[in-house]
Amino acid sequence: MDKPSYNYDIVRGFVNWSILWGVVAVLVGILIAFQMVLPQLNFPPLFTYGRLRPLHTNAGLFGWGLGSFFAAFYYITQRLTRQRVWSDRLARFQLWWFNATIIAAAVTLVLGYNTSKEYHELEWPLDIMVVVLWVIFAVNIVMTVVKRREEQLYVSLWFILGSLVGVAVLYVVNAAEVPVSLFKSYSAYAGTNDANVQWWYGHNAVAMVLTLPPLAVFYYFLPKTTGAPLYSHRLSIVSFWSLVFMYLWTGAHHLLWTPVPDWVQTLAMGFSIMLIAPSWGSVINGYLTMNGQWHQMRTNYLVKFLILGITFYGLQTLQGPSQAVRTFSAFIHYTEWVPGHVHMGTMGWVSMVMFASIYYMLPHLYGRRVYSVPLANLHFWLVLLGQLGYSVSLWIAGVQQATMWHAMNPDGSLHYSFMESVLAMYPYWWVRAFAGVVYLAGVLVFVYNIAMTVRRGEPVAEAV
Amino acid sequence: MWERRPIIFLLLATAAILVGTIVTMVLPFAWVNTEKDRIEAVAPYDALQLAGRDVYIREGCNNCHTQTVRPLVAEVIRYGPYSKSGEFRYDRPHLWGSRRTGPDLARIGGKYPDSWHYHHLEDPRSMVPGSNMPAYQFLETRTVDPAFTRKKMDVLGFPYTDEEIAALDGKTEMDALVAYLQKLGADIGWREHAQVQVIGELVNPYAPDPDVLSEGARLYADNCAQCHGVALDGDLGPELTGARDIGEAELYRDLWNGIPDGGMPSFSTLGQKKIWKIVTFLMSQEP
Repeated sequence: MDKPSYNYDIVRGFVNWSILWGVVAVLVGILIAFQMVLPQLNFPPLFTYGRLRPLHTNAGLFGWGLGSFFAAFYYITQRLTRQRVWSDRLARFQLWWFNATIIAAAVTLVLGYNTSKEYHELEWPLDIMVVVLWVIFAVNIVMTVVKRREEQLYVSLWFILGSLVGVAVLYVVNAAEVPVSLFKSYSAYAGTNDANVQWWYGHNAVAMVLTLPPLAVFYYFLPKTTGAPLYSHRLSIVSFWSLVFMYLWTGAHHLLWTPVPDWVQTLAMGFSIMLIAPSWGSVINGYLTMNGQWHQMRTNYLVKFLILGITFYGLQTLQGPSQAVRTFSAFIHYTEWVPGHVHMGTMGWVSMVMFASIYYMLPHLYGRRVYSVPLANLHFWLVLLGQLGYSVSLWIAGVQQATMWHAMNPDGSLHYSFMESVLAMYPYWWVRAFAGVVYLAGVLVFVYNIAMTVRRGEPVAEAV
Repeated sequence: MWERRPIIFLLLATAAILVGTIVTMVLPFAWVNTEKDRIEAVAPYDALQLAGRDVYIREGCNNCHTQTVRPLVAEVIRYGPYSKSGEFRYDRPHLWGSRRTGPDLARIGGKYPDSWHYHHLEDPRSMVPGSNMPAYQFLETRTVDPAFTRKKMDVLGFPYTDEEIAALDGKTEMDALVAYLQKLGADIGWREHAQVQVIGELVNPYAPDPDVLSEGARLYADNCAQCHGVALDGDLGPELTGARDIGEAELYRDLWNGIPDGGMPSFSTLGQKKIWKIVTFLMSQEP
C-alpha cells in the first residue's frame, strides 16, 4: 500500500499556537479569578474584569479550543482519507490568519470593542475575519475529503463535517448587526428576539465547537491509543444524527423564566432531557471500546486522559439537562454553580481529550518519543485536581448562593440581603482561584514536556 | 450510500440542524416585538441614555449583572415586578446577562438618587462595604461624543432633538451611564404602584434592650451609614441625630416605602423585623 506524504507542518503549527493561546486563556482566567476576591487587581480602563472575561473565554474557546481542533482535524482528516491536505498553501495561510484573528480579538476586546453577546463578543470587522477563517478551513477539509483515497468515511469525519456546517450557520446568523463605525455595531435583532437568537447561538456553539470536534478527536484517538476497535459504528452514527438534530432545539434553556415565549422554553427543556441519550451513546461507546482493555488505565497515560475526558463529558451531559429543568433552573441559574458546570466541560472534557491527542501526535509530528511519561502523569493529576477543585468549590458555592437568594422569613420578607450572599462567596472564590493555579501548573508541565520532546526526545526508530 | 458521499452528507446535516432552528429560533419572531407584547409606556432611549448604555456594553457590565427579573417570589420581592417582553423592544443588543455576581439591574432605575450612583461607580466599597466591583472613576474624565451619538440614534431610528444632542456637550461618560441606569425599569412606573399604604396603628414589637440595639446598629452600618454617615451626621442623605423626633411609626413608613422625592430608597426587602430594629436603634440615639 503506498503511503502518501502527509502535511504535518500545518499540524505542528496549530499545536504550538493553540497551546500558546491556551496558556494565555488560563493566565487571564487566573487573573480574573483573583479580581473576584481582590477588586484592587482591576486596572481600569483596560484591565477590568468586564473587559478581561471575554478575553479569557475567547482565548480559551477559540484560541486553544478551535486551534487545537484545527491541529487534530488536519491530522485526522489526512490519515482517514489517506490523502495529503488539499492545499498546503491555503492551510499555511489559515494558520497565520487564525493567529492574526486571535491577536486582533485580544486587542479589540481589551480596548472595549465588544457586542456584549456571550461567546460572540467580537465586533463586526472581527466577525468577517472569523468567517474568512472558517471558509478557508472548510474548503480545505471538504476538498481533502472529496479527493480521498479511502472510500469509507470514518465517524470522526462525520463529526468534523457536521461542525463545519453547524458553526457556519450559527455564527453568520448571530453576527447579523448594523455597523455604526469601524468598531461599533448594533444587533439586527431587538430585546427578546435578540436574546433567543443569542442563546440559540450560545448553546449550539457548545455543540458545534465544544462537543462535535472533541468527539471527532475522541472517536479517532481512543481506538488508536488502545489498539482496540470502536465498539459500535452503528451506535456512533445514531449518536451523531440524534445529536445534531436535537441540540438546536435547546438554546432557550438558558432563558427559562425570562420573557421568551413559554412554549420555546418548554421545547428547550424537553429536548435538553432527550439529549442525554445521544450524549451517553458516545460515552457508552467509549466505555465498551475499553472492554478487555481496562488494564490500560494503569499502563497507558493517554487512556487516562481520554477516559477521564469522556467521563467528564458524561457527567456534563447529565448535569446540563438537569439545569435545563425549570424547577432546578429557578434555583441554580445565575449562580456560581454555572461556571463550575462550564469548566467541567472545558477544563475536564475538552482539554483532557485534546491533551491526549497532542501527546499521541507528537511522535508522528517530530519523529521523537514523548520525553517523559512520568511528567505526562504529573500533568494529568495536576489538571484533574485543578479542575475538580474549581468545579466542586463553585458547585457548593452555587447551592449556598441560591439558598440565600431564595430564603424567606415567615413574614414573607427576604432572609438575606444581596450583599450577604456576596460576602458568603469569598471563601469559595479563593479556592477557585488557587485551583486555577494548580491547573496552570499542570499545563506548564505539559508545555515543558512538549518542548523537551522536540529537543531531546528519543528518536522513533521507524518513520511513521 | 450517502455515508460515502460527503456533499450529500453535508446537505443532510444542514437539514437536521435547520429543523430545530426554524421552530425555536425563527418562529418566535411572529410573536415577539409585535402588537401582542407592546407596552405603551416603554420609550426608546434618549441620547444621553443611549451613550450610557454603550458605556455599559463597552465595560462589560453584563458579565456580572443581569437585566431580567424572573417570576419567582423571592426575586420579585428583591428586585420588583418580573420582566415583560415589551420592555425590551428597543434593546439592541439585549443585555439580560447570565451571571449575578452583582444584583440584577432591570429595576435599578429610580431606586437610588443620582448621587448614590456617582459615589458607587467612583468607589463601590464606599457605598457597599465588601463589594468586589471594580471602580469606574475614569468615566468622569471621558466625555460623550455628540456627533457620534447622533449617528447612533439615526442608525437605531430613535427620536431626538438637536437640543438634546447639543446638551450632550460636556457630559461625561459617567453622566451617561448614570442616566442609563436611572432609565432601567423606570418606564412602567412600578415604583409608585409598589408604595404600600400602612393602615392602622404601628407598634414597635421591640424594647430597646442591648441585643436589639446592637443588631439595629449593625443593620444601620450595613444599609444606612453609606448615605447618613457612620455617626448619623449625614452625607448624601440628611443627618439622623434628631431622628427620634420623627417618631417610630413615621420612621417605619419611611424605611418601608422610601421617600421617592427625596432620593431615599425603599428598604422593604429587609422585612418588618429588621426595619423595626433599625427604628429602635435610631430612637435610642441622643439628639
